[in-house]
Amino acid sequence: MSVTYEDAVTRYDPVLGIEVHVELGTRTKMFDDAPSPAGGTEPEHANQLVTPVSLGLPGALPVVNGTAVEHAIKIGLALNCQIAEVCRFARKNYFYPDVPKNFQTSQYDEPIAYEGYLDVELADGTVVRVEIERAHMEEDAGKNTHVGGAAGRIHGASHSLVDYNRAGVPLVEIVTKPITGVGDRAPEVARAYVQTLRDIFRALEVSEARMERGNVRADVNVSLRPTPTSPLGTRTETKNVNSFRSIERTVRFEIARQAEVLDGGGSVLQETRHFHEDDGSTSPGRVKSDAEDYRYFPEPDLVPVAPSREWVEQIRATLPELPAARRRRLQGDWGYADAEMRDVVNAGALELIEATVAAGASPAAARKWWMGELARTAKSQDVALEELPVTPAAIGELQTLVDAGRINDKLARQVLEGVLAGEGSPEQVLTARGLEIVSDDGPLLEVIDATLAEQPDIVEKIRSGNLGPMGAIIGAVMKATRGQADAGRVRELVMERVNG
Amino acid sequence: MSELIRLTAAELAATLAAGEVSSVEATQAHLDRIGAVDGDVHAFLNVSDAEALASAAAVDAARAAGETLHPLAGVPIAVKDVVVTKGQVTTAGSKMLEGWVPPYDATLVTRLREAGLPILGKTNMDEFAMGSSTEHSAYGPTRNPWDLGRIPGGSGGGSAAAVAAYEAPLAIGTDTGGSIRQPAAVTGTVGVKPTYGSVSRYGLIALASSLDQAGPCTRTVLDSALLHDVIGGHDPRDSTSLPEAAPSYADAARAGAHGDLKGLRVGVVTELGGEGYEPGVRASFQAALDALTAAGADIVEVTCPSFSAALAAYYLILPSEASSNLAKFDGMRYGLRVEPGEGAATAERVMSATRGAGFGDEVKRRIILGTYALSAGYYDAYYGSAQKVRTLIQRDFAAAFEQVDVLVSPTAPTTAFPFGAKLDDPLAMYLNDVATIPANLAGIPGISLPSGLSDDGLPVGFQILAPARQDARLYGVGAALETLLLDDWGAPLLSRAPKLEVSR
Repeated sequence: MSVTYEDAVTRYDPVLGIEVHVELGTRTKMFDDAPSPAGGTEPEHANQLVTPVSLGLPGALPVVNGTAVEHAIKIGLALNCQIAEVCRFARKNYFYPDVPKNFQTSQYDEPIAYEGYLDVELADGTVVRVEIERAHMEEDAGKNTHVGGAAGRIHGASHSLVDYNRAGVPLVEIVTKPITGVGDRAPEVARAYVQTLRDIFRALEVSEARMERGNVRADVNVSLRPTPTSPLGTRTETKNVNSFRSIERTVRFEIARQAEVLDGGGSVLQETRHFHEDDGSTSPGRVKSDAEDYRYFPEPDLVPVAPSREWVEQIRATLPELPAARRRRLQGDWGYADAEMRDVVNAGALELIEATVAAGASPAAARKWWMGELARTAKSQDVALEELPVTPAAIGELQTLVDAGRINDKLARQVLEGVLAGEGSPEQVLTARGLEIVSDDGPLLEVIDATLAEQPDIVEKIRSGNLGPMGAIIGAVMKATRGQADAGRVRELVMERVNG
Repeated sequence: MSELIRLTAAELAATLAAGEVSSVEATQAHLDRIGAVDGDVHAFLNVSDAEALASAAAVDAARAAGETLHPLAGVPIAVKDVVVTKGQVTTAGSKMLEGWVPPYDATLVTRLREAGLPILGKTNMDEFAMGSSTEHSAYGPTRNPWDLGRIPGGSGGGSAAAVAAYEAPLAIGTDTGGSIRQPAAVTGTVGVKPTYGSVSRYGLIALASSLDQAGPCTRTVLDSALLHDVIGGHDPRDSTSLPEAAPSYADAARAGAHGDLKGLRVGVVTELGGEGYEPGVRASFQAALDALTAAGADIVEVTCPSFSAALAAYYLILPSEASSNLAKFDGMRYGLRVEPGEGAATAERVMSATRGAGFGDEVKRRIILGTYALSAGYYDAYYGSAQKVRTLIQRDFAAAFEQVDVLVSPTAPTTAFPFGAKLDDPLAMYLNDVATIPANLAGIPGISLPSGLSDDGLPVGFQILAPARQDARLYGVGAALETLLLDDWGAPLLSRAPKLEVSR
C-alpha cells in the first residue's frame, strides 16, 4: 500500500465499533445440560459433549441456563449497563451445517443489558470512555472442518466434518456504540478495550477468557470520515480477531487500506473481512450489501427472562472488585507513583507483585525484583514474566532472607539464579550452595586473623590511622568467605583486632 | 377375548387390577385387532408387537410380585408418530424422517413407560401435523372406521381411528389447531387439548411451538382424564411447561359423571356456529344443548368478535413458526439425505435437494408462507399483526369467561368428508378447523366428545372450552354431558359404527 497508517490518520478521522464475544465458563451449555467445553470439560473426541438439545434433534427443547444469565448480568453490571426487567430470546434463521437447528437462539431487540460504558486506560495513563450499546446472550455454533482442500479451506475440499461439541456454548456478545474521537490512537484503544474486557471477565470469574482458545473473540468495525464532524463512513467488519496484537494490527491496516481506497476516489465496501496473522493484512469475506434476512422472531420455546430487581441488586452487591478499582486500591496501598504503577501494569506484573507482597515482601522490594532482575531475565529469554519458573511466594521468601540479614543483595541474586535454574526454594538453594552470610564471629575472626597475619605492614598502617588499605583487607576477607560475610561486621572486627 | 378390546381403558384397568386378565392378553388382543383391521383403517405407521408384549409382561410380573402399580398399568396405548420414542421409528408422517430411530423418549413417553402402558405402535398423521384429514401423510391416508371412504380427520386421524376401531383403548394426539379434537369429532371419539403447558412438549416434533399441545384420544371422558393424569405435570425440560401441580382429572371426571349441572353457565359462541356449519351438525349440537338445559344448565349466547380473524392469524403464526422449526430437516445429520442429480454436492445443494424431495406439498406451502411472513419488511404486517389478533382473542375469551363457566360449539363445521373432497382447496381444508383454532391461539383447554349422529349417519363432535388451567372443569362438564347423552342413546355412540371387515 502506498498510504501509510501515519499518513492516513492525518487526513481521516477513524471510527471504531467492536463486538466482543465471550464464552461463558458455565458447567453446562446455554440451553442444554450437555457439559460445556468452555466450562472445564475437555472433550476427547468430536461430537462427545452433545445431547438431543445441542444436536437440535426433532422434539428437543431449549431451557435457559440460569448461571449463564447470572454471568451475563454480572458482565452487564460491570459495564455500567441497565439490566432488562424482561427480555426475550429470538431465533436467527439461517442455513449452515454448524448450526444444528438451522437457527441460532440469540437475543435480538431485547438484550439483557444495554446502555453502559467502560473506561479504558491506555499505556500512558490516558482514559478513554467506550460507550456500550448492549450485551446480549446467545449460543455458539459448532465447528466445520473442510477436508481435502488447501489449508482447510472449503474451496477445493472433498467433504466437510462437523463437530457440535461447541454448539450451544453460552456466549455474551458486547457491542460498543461508535467509538469516535480517538484519532491516531484508534488501534491502541481497540486493543486496550478488549484487554480491559478480558481482565473484567477474569475478575468476574465468568470465563477463563483465554484469547488463544477462542474464549474471547472480537469483530472489529472500522470506518473513516474526512473530519470528526462528517457523517460516519462506510464500515468494514473484520471477523474473529483473536489476539490483542491482531486487533491493533487490524485497525492499523484497515485505516491505511480504507484511506488508500478513499484517496483514489473509490468507496469502501460494506463487507466482512478476515485478518491474516502472517502479514497483518485483511482480505474481503462476503459483501454485506445484500444482507442476509435472518427472519428474526421471538423464540417460542422459551419464556421471557425476567431477572427480579432483588436478584440484580444482590448480584451487584456481590460483584468482585473490578480491575481498575483494584489497581487504584493497590497503588494507594503500595505507595507507587503513577508512572511506576503504569509500568507495573503494562509489564503484566500486578498480580505477581500482589502475591509477592502477600508472601511477605515490601511493595518496594517486590517491585524491585519483578521490574528489575526478573524483568531483565524474562526479556533475555523472550518470555512473559508469569512464565518464568519462579513463584511470587519464592520471591517473597527470597526477600525475607534479605530482610533477615541472612543474605545480601548480591547473594540474593545468586540464590534467585539457583531458583530459576530449578534448584529448589530460596532456602534450599541457600543451603545447597552454602551462600549464607557468616554471621558467627568465630569463623570470621579466623579468616580475618589469617588475612592480617599475611600482611603485617597493612596492620601497622591501619593502627597508625591510615584507613586506606582497609578496603583491600575487607575485600580479601570477603573473597575468602566467597562473599558470605557482612562487610560492615568485617570492618568492625578488623578494627577490633588491629586496635585490640 | 375379543371383548377385551371393547372395554374402556378404565374398565380394562379394573379388570387387570382384579387379575381377571393379564396385560399380555389385553395387549395381544389389541395387536390381533390391529392385525385384523388395520389393513383397511391404516391407523398405524408402525406396530411394535415385541416391545408392547415385553412391556405388558413386565407389568404382569410386577403385579404378580405384589408391587404397587399405576392405575393404568398394563393398558396398551397408541402414540401419534409426531412424538419421539426411543428405539422406535418416528417419522411424523414424512418421508424426511423415514426410518429415523430417535435416541431418546419424549417426556410424555417416559411417563407412559413409567406408568406401565405398553406402546402398541405409532399412529398415522398428516405430514408434520399439517392437515385436517391425514391425506397429507407421506405414507397414505388413514380411513375413517365409520366409512372407509372418508377422512378420519387430521392431523391425528391415526390416533382417533385407532381408538374408534378398537385397535387401542387409548392414544396420544397433538393439537396445534384442532388435530386432536377434530379427528375425535369425525370418528365419534373423545379428544382433549389440554391447557398450553399442561403436558410437556419435550419430544414432540414441533409444528408451531406456541400452539402445539399433546393430549388424550379415547372413547370416554374418564379415559381421557386418566390418561391426562399420566402425561401431565411440570417438566423441567420444557420451559413453557406449567410449574404448578395439577388436580386429579380422573377425580373431576368421576365427580362430573354423577354431578349436578344446575346453575352451570354455558356460553354458546355466536361466531362458532351458524353459516358454514352443516344443518346435521347444528341439529346434533342443539340436541346436546337441550340435554344440558334439561339438566339445569343455563345456556347463554356470547360473542367473541375477534374470532373472525382467528383463522387468518393462525395461518400466519403457524407457518412462521413451522418454517423455522422445520429448518433442521436438511439431510446433514439424520433422516433423508438427497444429493443433487448433477454438479457438486455442496452442503447448500444437498440441503436444497433433500428438502425438495423430502417434504410434501402442504409442508412446502406452509414453509414458504412462513418464510415470507417473517421476512424483513413483512414481519410487522404479518407475524406482528397476527400476534395482536392473538391478544384480542385472549381478551375475548377472558371477557366471555367472566359471564360463563364454559363455552361450547360444534367441534367442526362438517362431519367426515370423502377423500379428495378438499385436497385441492387448501382454504376449504383450513376452514374445517375454524372452531378449534381459537383455543390454541389463547392457550386454553378444549374437549371434543360425540353429541350424536348427523343426518348423514356420521358422528358429530361437541366442543367444550374452559379457561386456562381449568382442564378439570372440562372433564367434569364433559363427563356430565356424556352421561346425559349415554342415558339417551342407551349404548355408546361407537356401537352404531358399522362393523369393520376382519381380515387376515
